[in-house]
Amino acid sequence: MRLDPKVEQGLVKAALQVMTAVTVFVLIFIIVFILRKGISVLDFSFLTRNPVDMGRGGGIFSTIVGTLVLTLVAVLIAAPLGVGTAIFLTEYTWENRITRIIRFGADCLAGIPSIIFGLFGFILFVTKLGFGWSVLSGGLTLAFMILPTIIRTSEEAIKSVPATYRQVSFSLGSTRWQMVTRVVLPAALPGIVTGIILSIGRSIGETAAVIFTAGSALHLPTSIFSSSRTMAVHFYILAREGISMSNAYGTAAILVISVLIINLLTYYLMEKFIRKYS
Amino acid sequence: MTIAIRVKGFSHFFGSLQTLKTIDLDILKNEILGVIGPAGSGKSTFLGALNRMNDLIRKSRTEGTIEIEGKNIYDPDVNVAELRRRLGMVFATPVPLPRSIFENVVFGTRLSGPRHRARLAEIVEDCLKRTSLWEEVKDRLDTSALRLSGGQQQRLCIARILALRPDFILLDEPCSGLDPISTAKIEDSLRLLKRDYTIILVTNNTKQAARVADQTAFFLSGELIEVGPTDKIFTAPDDQRTDDYLRGRFG
Repeated sequence: MRLDPKVEQGLVKAALQVMTAVTVFVLIFIIVFILRKGISVLDFSFLTRNPVDMGRGGGIFSTIVGTLVLTLVAVLIAAPLGVGTAIFLTEYTWENRITRIIRFGADCLAGIPSIIFGLFGFILFVTKLGFGWSVLSGGLTLAFMILPTIIRTSEEAIKSVPATYRQVSFSLGSTRWQMVTRVVLPAALPGIVTGIILSIGRSIGETAAVIFTAGSALHLPTSIFSSSRTMAVHFYILAREGISMSNAYGTAAILVISVLIINLLTYYLMEKFIRKYS
Repeated sequence: MTIAIRVKGFSHFFGSLQTLKTIDLDILKNEILGVIGPAGSGKSTFLGALNRMNDLIRKSRTEGTIEIEGKNIYDPDVNVAELRRRLGMVFATPVPLPRSIFENVVFGTRLSGPRHRARLAEIVEDCLKRTSLWEEVKDRLDTSALRLSGGQQQRLCIARILALRPDFILLDEPCSGLDPISTAKIEDSLRLLKRDYTIILVTNNTKQAARVADQTAFFLSGELIEVGPTDKIFTAPDDQRTDDYLRGRFG
């Protein structure tokens, strides 16, 4: 027996609405829960003071700095490598067995659990190359962890640029590199930046890959060879060792807020950019 | 009459498929050569051979020569980017780049020529005037070219070519998506432009060739069936197939 089309439409619409509502509810619940638990310890000094007594007292300033520099190192390494690889795969080679293998490899790499990257980073950067537990080791490990995402999102963004733009660019006498820099990259930039932002989000929230490679020192990092603790690692240690749940939630709240700020900022910049180019 | 382009025994292949079969053709300077033929006859491939846009297609291969001023454009020492600037190309669907009108016109100029803003502004004004677009857009040069109408976009694409100071203009069915008024405007521009340029116009609208071309070439299945003065091709063609095509018996 077939349902009356009107009833069917109504049911489908209701089901989809429920799914959306659940998604939104879960999101809001998590954010509200964390902010409510954390808000009691949040004040200006929490942001500007270094942790005292393993994190029982004081603020989280050094972990904020640690998170920022680690993410910065990771993005500075992974973004050029990833975008460069994506450009090579899409603009400088024909689709063949090798490009398919590279793409397959990137997809596999993207699915590897971050703790494996941590172990790899520990063996290669911390011990073999002798960087020790440091911002450099952690940043490099994060870079390799986010590289596949950046490659694949950049590639998709570049592929979605109409082929006719490339033809026009060539027909107006541009070299391949001029075509890439003047036509393809500007058109693909929103997609590329979105991929990089996603990666930044992953880096900020990463614990497993970082704890093995950047260590968990509580002091302010002074060079890329200093060990450093990120906010996510700080949260993990505070909560797991039962040092201070209130400070753990405070850290979590700052983490969530920073991710929100980054996303908002990205959307704002993207809007401005799109308006300028189209 | 000076010969601008001399095509000698030129063949083109995509993989094992031969798309142009030993073409011999002289293109005269400051004339409009109309290229007609049914879909798949090789007329667009012929156009792509002239500015080497076919190079961009996978497994593309050529035999024979195409000479411009006595120089084979398929010689290894030819600068392809420079060659393409000499043979400006207008595509079937207008493709403005996602930039302002101004930036679209000077896109090619910026790649190699002057970059001084005042000089670029002169070029923009001159090229837009010659495609009779200036009056319509002079107050909004900094707005996106994507907001222009189809006919305006196609004239912008021609202006963008003129800014390259080319010797040739290649048009690949430039009016296929346009209304009769926009088409008439473009045909008018072509008649004006042939004073300064040699024009090769690929069209699947035979009447358009009859209206504007000085010489007409008829292509069929990758072969050049015949070429001659447009009047002669349309009134007394040598080959039966040309006559059949023009009378609409096939195609």
